[in-house]
Amino acid sequence: MKVLSRIYTALIFIFLYAPILILIVFSFNDTKSRNVWSGFTLEWYQKLFQDSQIMDALKNTLIVAVVSALAATLIGTMAAVGIQALGKRARGIVMTFTNIPMVNPEIVTGVSLMLLFVLGFTLIGKTGVQMGLGLPTLILAHITFNIPYVILSVLPKLRQMNQHTYEAALDLGCHPLPAFFKVVLPEIMPGVMTGLLMAFTLSIDDFVISYFCSGPTSQTLPVLIYSMTRRQVNPKINALSALLFVTVLALLLIVNIRQLKDQDKAAKRQKKRA
Amino acid sequence: MKSKWIAAPYLVWMGIFIIVPLLIVVYFAFTTADGGFTFNNIAQVGQYSEAIFKSILLGIVATAVCLLLGYPLGYIIARSTVRRQRTMVLLTMLPMWMNFLLRTYAWMTILENNGLINRFLNAIGLGSLPLINNSGAVVLGMVYNFLPFMIMPIYSVMAKIDRRVIEAAEDLGANRLQVFKKVLLPLSFPGIATGITMVFVPAVSTFVISRMLGGGDMLIGDIIEMQFVGSTYNPYVGSALSLVLMVLVFICMAVMRQFGSDEESEAMMP
Amino acid sequence: MKKSIAALAAATLLTGMLLLPAGASAESEAAEPLLDENGNQVEINVYNWGEYISTGEDGSLDVNAEFTRRTGIKVNYTTFETNESLYAKLKSSGESYDVIIPSDYMIARMIEEDMLAPLDFSNIPNFDKIADRFKEDCEYDPGNQYSVPYTYGQVGILYNDEMVTETVDSWDILWDEKYEGQILMFSNWRDAFGIAQKRLGYSFNSTNMDEWNAAADSLREQKPLVQAYVMDQIFDKMGGGEAALAPYYAGDALTIHSNNEHIQFAVPKEGTNLFVDAMCIPKNCNNKEAAEAYINFMCETDVATDNIEYISYASPQEEAAAAHAEYLREEYGDWAVDIIYPSTSGENDEVFLNLPEDVNTQVENIWIEIQGSGGGVIYIVLTVVILVVLAGGIVFFRVRKHMREKEL
Repeated sequence: MKVLSRIYTALIFIFLYAPILILIVFSFNDTKSRNVWSGFTLEWYQKLFQDSQIMDALKNTLIVAVVSALAATLIGTMAAVGIQALGKRARGIVMTFTNIPMVNPEIVTGVSLMLLFVLGFTLIGKTGVQMGLGLPTLILAHITFNIPYVILSVLPKLRQMNQHTYEAALDLGCHPLPAFFKVVLPEIMPGVMTGLLMAFTLSIDDFVISYFCSGPTSQTLPVLIYSMTRRQVNPKINALSALLFVTVLALLLIVNIRQLKDQDKAAKRQKKRA
Repeated sequence: MKSKWIAAPYLVWMGIFIIVPLLIVVYFAFTTADGGFTFNNIAQVGQYSEAIFKSILLGIVATAVCLLLGYPLGYIIARSTVRRQRTMVLLTMLPMWMNFLLRTYAWMTILENNGLINRFLNAIGLGSLPLINNSGAVVLGMVYNFLPFMIMPIYSVMAKIDRRVIEAAEDLGANRLQVFKKVLLPLSFPGIATGITMVFVPAVSTFVISRMLGGGDMLIGDIIEMQFVGSTYNPYVGSALSLVLMVLVFICMAVMRQFGSDEESEAMMP
Repeated sequence: MKKSIAALAAATLLTGMLLLPAGASAESEAAEPLLDENGNQVEINVYNWGEYISTGEDGSLDVNAEFTRRTGIKVNYTTFETNESLYAKLKSSGESYDVIIPSDYMIARMIEEDMLAPLDFSNIPNFDKIADRFKEDCEYDPGNQYSVPYTYGQVGILYNDEMVTETVDSWDILWDEKYEGQILMFSNWRDAFGIAQKRLGYSFNSTNMDEWNAAADSLREQKPLVQAYVMDQIFDKMGGGEAALAPYYAGDALTIHSNNEHIQFAVPKEGTNLFVDAMCIPKNCNNKEAAEAYINFMCETDVATDNIEYISYASPQEEAAAAHAEYLREEYGDWAVDIIYPSTSGENDEVFLNLPEDVNTQVENIWIEIQGSGGGVIYIVLTVVILVVLAGGIVFFRVRKHMREKEL
């Protein structure tokens, strides 16, 4: 049974990783072909950094991800605190709407936001100011689909925390705002951080919504990659993805090993105490 | 905490960027190019019924395959040591950090007529198989992309099942099959329900996978994309189709909610 | 998990920052960035077909970088796949592009719908270098007010001579059952229908719906033989030997041929599509003067020559065309010149003209229906059966659960 489950696990992981392996291998391929191996080269890694289109897209992706993750975390955390204070029925209604962007097909969210933006531009256009899809609309769209994830990671922390500590702070003469920062925020900080990082990664990876809400000046990496897959993907993109992937992998490993060590230490300490 | 007002910015945001856009879609779905009211767009959706049913069918098949493949793995992960659990969860999530368009594109290299599998088959003298540009390839692409969404919620529900419950069942004389049927399966229903929605919704509405691997196979997502920014511009019919897709998904959600609870949307949270 | 994502975020940011300066470095003799009144660099948005400009790959000229080097204006370059998607993007997204490069019939449609800005030819002195025959009685842009030709060419059949040994001279070969699963077809309706129309001896620009329906039947008949409906992916799929036959543009035939020598090109005897792609400026552009500077720049002899040698289409710029023909003769031989700059055209060759609105919509719908079909009723039946079984199962379990709860 154990052998069987190991084989099964291995097969699934081979299935999940085979395409990634192929992408990385072909980033070292001597020609542009994506199915014939013709020799080893590092050329694509060198050229990658000189390609202004890819670098622009990378820059846009990072700007959108950072700004939208921060804004979504701010709005989302505030929302979670507010929602927690709502009555049961009101909370139910708000949460139903909060779930909409998470369960709605991405293409519908993307299309509906595009319609909203274009309608907005037409209205603004009547006053003589011309606007178009670009980084601002892209950031607004990303904030919108990021907020629910922030709310859902902050809410459980609020639920777990002891409601009376905040009231105690108020009773002891603390003003509500400092009380929030000194008492509530530290308690929910792990949830806030999770929300921030989820928002960041979701935003970096998003294609469908960005596809409908980005303009000529604001192509993100996924949008650029899509337009490449419609013709021929340049191995430079393989090289970039390989770099990002290896970075992620290395960091995850380091963090993981460290956490395991910490846990071991903690366990030992506990043993000693016992 | 008397701080309801602090949610106000979010409520306003939600109104402008979630509710209003959906209302615009609904409005467009019932509007002609001249701005008049019409049922014509919705009626036109009927023309695309084949593509719609095909999307649903492929979505169901992909979800079923994900469930069959993902359930055992979720179980295996949940039953391993804490250390291994961490590593395996990490390995399940890690592929999602590589751009999904590129990963899907890589399947072309594997499946093509001159792709890796067919070259291997040719080399051992078995001839080649038509692996790409058909519905099978589209399902494969869906399974590949969305399998982690099935594994994760099932794993997190399984990990929460108290081992002693299973031991108790065994002590009371239940065999493996009975334990699975009477204990494990019912307790993991919420995870399955979450997994099913998390796979079915993106699968049924995809346009990228069908375009890369289906060779012009049209799904509902493709048609919507074409009506808005593709080669057949008609945002009114496009909106009507979006509305149909949305209703479809909400029906699916409502059915799945029978099994899960609200908490389950949090199951994917790390 | 949480911490790991944090680390990831930091690392991605870090890589990003390290990378940016490298990308920004330019040649030393470059023009200073051109600034607008607010002190921002002037930018233009150029929207072109995929694989339709010289990018600096393989030692060629990087056209957009060269423009920035000479003028200090930044180019945001994006690509589209079909005339229709360019149109849809302009209509639905309200984006402001400065230079777009549609084909003839689409230019006519855009002029009709008042989407293009008339050009100020005092800013485009190089328009003089465009051959006269593109200016005289220009059908899509009467009076040459809105467009400057970029390239022209013809559609033909690409085939792989390892898989196709017979003579290719007719569109019929794309309907030959021998090649089932080896045929690629245009995914854009105008191009796909065009092929069927010529095969049946009709005009591309017919307004007779019977002819369109006949062409549609012909395309339905072809569907089981088609491996995939694609546009620019033809490059990749034909070059990689994935398919035996595909309709495509003469210019790209040479590009693909130089990567894979088995790829040949033939012009069918029934007649084919002649096209002109031309540079235009949409009405809602951001910076018309900069856009005109770009158009003028693209017609400079040295730029046009380098560009046309890379993309291999025919150039309407006379000096560039002469240099290009010479280059083709040396590089490939006379046959290449014949493909790109044919001395005569077939009597049935035609250009696409803008169609009436109702023909457009009707044919679009037919095309979606053709592409979306396949398998037919079986999908509907299967889906309904599965849904019924699922619903039945759910009801069954609910009822059983309910009964049990009652028993307890």
